[in-house]
Amino acid sequence: MPYLGSEDVVKELKKALCNPHVQADRLRYRNVIQRVIRHMTQGLDMSGVFMEMVKASATVDIVQKKLVYLYMCTYAPLKPDLALLAINTLCKDCSDPNPMVRGLALRSMCSLRMPGVQEYIQQPILNGLRDKASYVRRVAVLGCAKMHNLHGDSEVDGALVNELYSLLRDQDPIVVVNCLRSLEEILKQEGGVVINKPIAHHLLNRMPKLDQWGQAEVLNFLLRYQPRSEEELFDILNLLDSFLKSSSPGVVMGATKLFLILAKKFPHVQTDVLVQVKGPLLAACSSESRELCFAALCHVRQILHSLPGHFSSHYKKFFCSYSEPHYIKLQKVEVLCELVNDENVQQVLEELRGYCTDVSADFAQAAIFAIGGIARTYTDQCVQILTELLGLRQEHITT
Amino acid sequence: MISQFFILSSKGDPLIYKDFRGDTGGRDVAELFYRKLTGLSGDESPVVMHHDDRHFIHIRHSGLYLVATTSENISPFSLLELLSRLATLLGDYCGSLNEGTISRNVALVYELLDEVLDYGYVQTTSMEMLRNFIQTEAVVSKPFSLFDLSSVGLFGAETQQSKVAPSSAASRPVLASRSDQSQKNEVFLDVVERLSVLIASNGSLLKVDVQGEIRLKSFLPSGSEMRIGLTEEFCVGKSELRGYGPGIRVDEVSFHSSVLLEEFESHRILRLQPPQGEAPGLPEVTMRPAPKKPSSQCQTAPSPATRGGQVSGRATGARAVAPTSLDERVAPGRVELACPGKAGTEPSVSPNSSLSQELSGPEQKAELGEGALRWDLPRVQGGSQLSGLFQMDVPGLPGPPGQGPSTSAPLGLGPASLSFELPRHTCSGLQVRFLRLAFRPCGNTNPHKWVRHLSHSDAYVIRI
Repeated sequence: MPYLGSEDVVKELKKALCNPHVQADRLRYRNVIQRVIRHMTQGLDMSGVFMEMVKASATVDIVQKKLVYLYMCTYAPLKPDLALLAINTLCKDCSDPNPMVRGLALRSMCSLRMPGVQEYIQQPILNGLRDKASYVRRVAVLGCAKMHNLHGDSEVDGALVNELYSLLRDQDPIVVVNCLRSLEEILKQEGGVVINKPIAHHLLNRMPKLDQWGQAEVLNFLLRYQPRSEEELFDILNLLDSFLKSSSPGVVMGATKLFLILAKKFPHVQTDVLVQVKGPLLAACSSESRELCFAALCHVRQILHSLPGHFSSHYKKFFCSYSEPHYIKLQKVEVLCELVNDENVQQVLEELRGYCTDVSADFAQAAIFAIGGIARTYTDQCVQILTELLGLRQEHITT
Repeated sequence: MISQFFILSSKGDPLIYKDFRGDTGGRDVAELFYRKLTGLSGDESPVVMHHDDRHFIHIRHSGLYLVATTSENISPFSLLELLSRLATLLGDYCGSLNEGTISRNVALVYELLDEVLDYGYVQTTSMEMLRNFIQTEAVVSKPFSLFDLSSVGLFGAETQQSKVAPSSAASRPVLASRSDQSQKNEVFLDVVERLSVLIASNGSLLKVDVQGEIRLKSFLPSGSEMRIGLTEEFCVGKSELRGYGPGIRVDEVSFHSSVLLEEFESHRILRLQPPQGEAPGLPEVTMRPAPKKPSSQCQTAPSPATRGGQVSGRATGARAVAPTSLDERVAPGRVELACPGKAGTEPSVSPNSSLSQELSGPEQKAELGEGALRWDLPRVQGGSQLSGLFQMDVPGLPGPPGQGPSTSAPLGLGPASLSFELPRHTCSGLQVRFLRLAFRPCGNTNPHKWVRHLSHSDAYVIRI
């Protein structure tokens, strides 16, 4: 209702929320609260109905609870004194028999970014860490990090850190990854979570059970582990081999990075890895998602810096398509410029020449600069092409 | 770990905004992003942008911008994957992903975001786990029913239409309202191939790429096992040989980790238990240099004819002949030929330029707009030949350096790009032989299985 000012909307919703008939009818109540949320997301200031929303949180309808808690987390920093009134309900919900409600309440409580909440959330978090349901444990683990960040520069609680380290052996894979993340944040001053030999091996053994996000993160954490012996190093590399063929590009790149860093002393292993990763990278370069394509092209350029001849045989993949966005075309032209060699220089130059008369002036200029770049090594052909272009007498080309 | 996530409409209005960590900026970061995006210069890439100490990374999906901000140094692949996965999830839950569905389902979207990302860290994106937590139901604009298609004939008899579902049949919310017991159990299997072809001016093939994907969208209860049989002569790699004929050759195939491949070696059967919604990729990447001729050729012969009596400028003519060498049965749905005017020409829509055309069929249309000549062919029958003769008068055109049609194309004309869809045809010849469910899901009627083969032109460019 665009013609109503936000004051009127707030008043109207306040009235609706206080109305006992509305409160009695579950569906109507939920609808009113949904309207509050909708206005909130559109940017209207709905903090006037805070009291009524607090009262609405005492309900058995989970959907309504979620909406109310979402509202409270948004406005708690603005109205800290009112938010404290909601703590009661939240604490009660943290011991609800339904694990979903427990998880929800714990997560909302930890997300209330307001001073004074610390003393109330310590105990629920500790209870949550030992909860039977894995959903609640996941929330509690991240809650430790949230709590720590709220305090700012307070001391690190040693007992809590130990508890988190022991939770690294939890059976739920998401709890394990959350522990790593949480420890990383809590121990930031000391350089983050410590990955020693038993932890590294434990993580490597759990890797197949994790989903792609967990795998990518664990691969990142493993970067800081130094294997003690060459044997151990090659053991780890063998284990990681399968991840290079994963269907998720994030995991493949994470594994590649780990390989390259671990095998610093073995250049032939590094080259091997780059050969293996050629396939997935080229597939990503022709992916449907343009953004993924762009990221892959940047990586290809990076690799070409260290291994210039690497993609030369696949130069055809980097020919620009008519419908691609300009940023992808520009990257492809740069890549073509760098993978030129004796065999493909003729075709590449032909292709670039075609681009020089393209509709888009920027792209045409980029193609001309690319030809100029290649000219340093293959002067004759390039000069011939450039003179032809000059003959066309088009302004943006000749300059 | 991301700090904020927001969804903007194509005009930059924030539809969804979620702050996970509360450490940077506020809602105005969305406006900042949009301003930066529209203010980018020509050679900067919009995908990843940087401002102060924050990185913005985004994808465009159905006109919407899905943006994530972060201050850590994370792998862009992971972030892009996450954004794509979120787009798919939102699409699954709301039916389809566009401005309308998002604004109708705001509460559902926030609930999803809450469960998928906690404190900016990804918890889970699997449909399996999420359906236990998501309670809100999706709001659809109108309840979907196949019977809306007037599939019941004049006298109540069933017509052909009950065998064919519209292409939008798969775009409904996966977890429809739980009270709806008459929910249809359906499975949609798409074999989609994307063609990327580049033909030089002398007719030789410069680049041919075919990439195929098998997409599965299942509305069955999770865990129903199914077997998909592919053509038996499906060969991977250069040296494999199966069957007696040339077979279907594919350079590379990759499967999602949840697909069981024991029977693939022997009988080319895939076994899997897909979760509800879109299976997160059974991508089968095929990159094959197709040895056969491309399906249609466009010959343009420039004829710098000067018409008698023409006062202004010079006329350039182009004749486009499109023979299609496919079977008569295959009919590409719609072919669009776009020949952009090259740089240096005056905008072709200036009032002095005109287009005279002779087209071989009544339904075809050609018009000059946005610097390109667009020729629409609504229905093309395989094996037919269509021709169109265009003459454009564009004032101020420098024209070729006076040598006639033997040189390269007149400067006025850019490469022709075709966009078409070939229904019921796959370029590689791959077909799905069967799709069998291991056992019938309890109680319900026989589930419907819809299989579709489609070839789609990604970029089919013919140089003139």
